[in-house]
Amino acid sequence: MTELMRTVALTKRYHANDEEVAALRGVDLAVERGEFVAIMGPSGCGKSTLLHLLGGLDIPTSGEIHFDGRRVDGLGEAAWAVLRRRQIGYMFQSFNLIANLSVADNIELPALMAGHSSREARRRRELLTRQLGIEAQAVMPPGRISGGQQQRVALARALINEPALLIADEPTGNLDSHSTRDVLGILRGANERGQTVVLVTHDPNVASRADRVLRMRDGLIVGESRLEGRTPSSDLLQALVTVED
Amino acid sequence: MKYPLLAFLATGPAHGYELKQSYEARFSPFRPAVNVGQVYTTLQRLERDGFVRRHGVVETGEAPARHLYEITEDGRGALEVWLRAPVAGVRLREDFFMKLVLARAAGLAAPAELLEGQRTAALQELHDLNELLLAPKLQDLTTQLLIEGAVLHLQADLRWMDLCEERMTQEEVP
Ligand SMILES: Nc1ncnc2c1ncn2[C@@H]1O[C@H](COP(=O)(O)OP(=O)(O)OP(=O)(O)O)[C@@H](O)[C@H]1O
Ligand SMILES: [Mg+2]
Repeated sequence: MTELMRTVALTKRYHANDEEVAALRGVDLAVERGEFVAIMGPSGCGKSTLLHLLGGLDIPTSGEIHFDGRRVDGLGEAAWAVLRRRQIGYMFQSFNLIANLSVADNIELPALMAGHSSREARRRRELLTRQLGIEAQAVMPPGRISGGQQQRVALARALINEPALLIADEPTGNLDSHSTRDVLGILRGANERGQTVVLVTHDPNVASRADRVLRMRDGLIVGESRLEGRTPSSDLLQALVTVED
Repeated sequence: MKYPLLAFLATGPAHGYELKQSYEARFSPFRPAVNVGQVYTTLQRLERDGFVRRHGVVETGEAPARHLYEITEDGRGALEVWLRAPVAGVRLREDFFMKLVLARAAGLAAPAELLEGQRTAALQELHDLNELLLAPKLQDLTTQLLIEGAVLHLQADLRWMDLCEERMTQEEVP
């Protein structure tokens, strides 16, 4: 495998009311092409901050970011916008849907901006909304659908341009177990077609679908679990049940 | 083995071999196959306790003849009591907890290191169970519910490990 993204000694400090917060304190992260990486860690440890920097939504205080063989941490907003339109799909923790556009238009917008015909944009949107079970919401404004539905709209929007890298912040945070499975199915499908996925989650069940699970604490990556993508034998089930004789 | 046999006999008389088959049909992915000797030993014990009695033999033409067993009133009573009694579950990975406590008390290893290995194992197990949930051969309701139950337990284990790490490392934040 080849490397898609890498950070070197990435730091981010925020200044808020005279207080300095060291949100990231030196993150070295390398992501392979086609990899599925999950990031876990307690609230406030810097997960969203890291994703923001990886998606070019905020500027690092120091350190480097390399994407697809070139250094991108110094790029201006316009260049990042192009990158996000073509190669990086970003799903926000807070969705960031456009309130006065319908669900359908929210999802199709990035496709139109990337130069696809309106017919192609519609075809892609219909496929994604069907897979995510939000077809019926297409004509609604985002403010009139549930949190879990908004989340799936945000995911559809992030995926519509089939980005090489999908960055998702808590993609299943508001979902019940059934919808979580739908979303995981979509993410796995995208990953199996070669798209690289980096997501943040609090749900170990979601993390267990990844190739690699990273743990963050206090602005640092402190641990890593590599998981085998094996197909287990059903003998495993015998260990689940113990019976008193 | 005792109560499953009583439960099968509650639906009608059966011989040992039939009981073995019923058991395997119900529990096959979760429990290893049973040997018929174990079934007969259990039946003898149940007979001694007055929970089952012999109900003639089935002529199979083969030797030895197979005894049919039926459940007694006492047997039904015992089954009823067992069935309705709530069960105390294993709530924690006790072996791991013991290691964690000892490692910390004796300064043998940093809790965070042990937790790291345990987390990887738990995540891999979660991964495997999620694969099994999708396996075409394991789509029946009982199997699915059992796997879902194990998944929820593992999720709780992982949360508990986070809590252990948080509390045990509070004093040594880098
Ligand atoms: N714009 C900001 N200004 C000031 N401080 C910020 C800002 N954004 C984040 N922080 C701080 O940086 C730290 C890391 O925040 P971040 O949002 O990355 O955490 P997180 O790991 O995503 O948490 P959660 O799991 O709750 O989403 C926190 O202490 C947070 O208060
Ligand atoms: Mg966050």
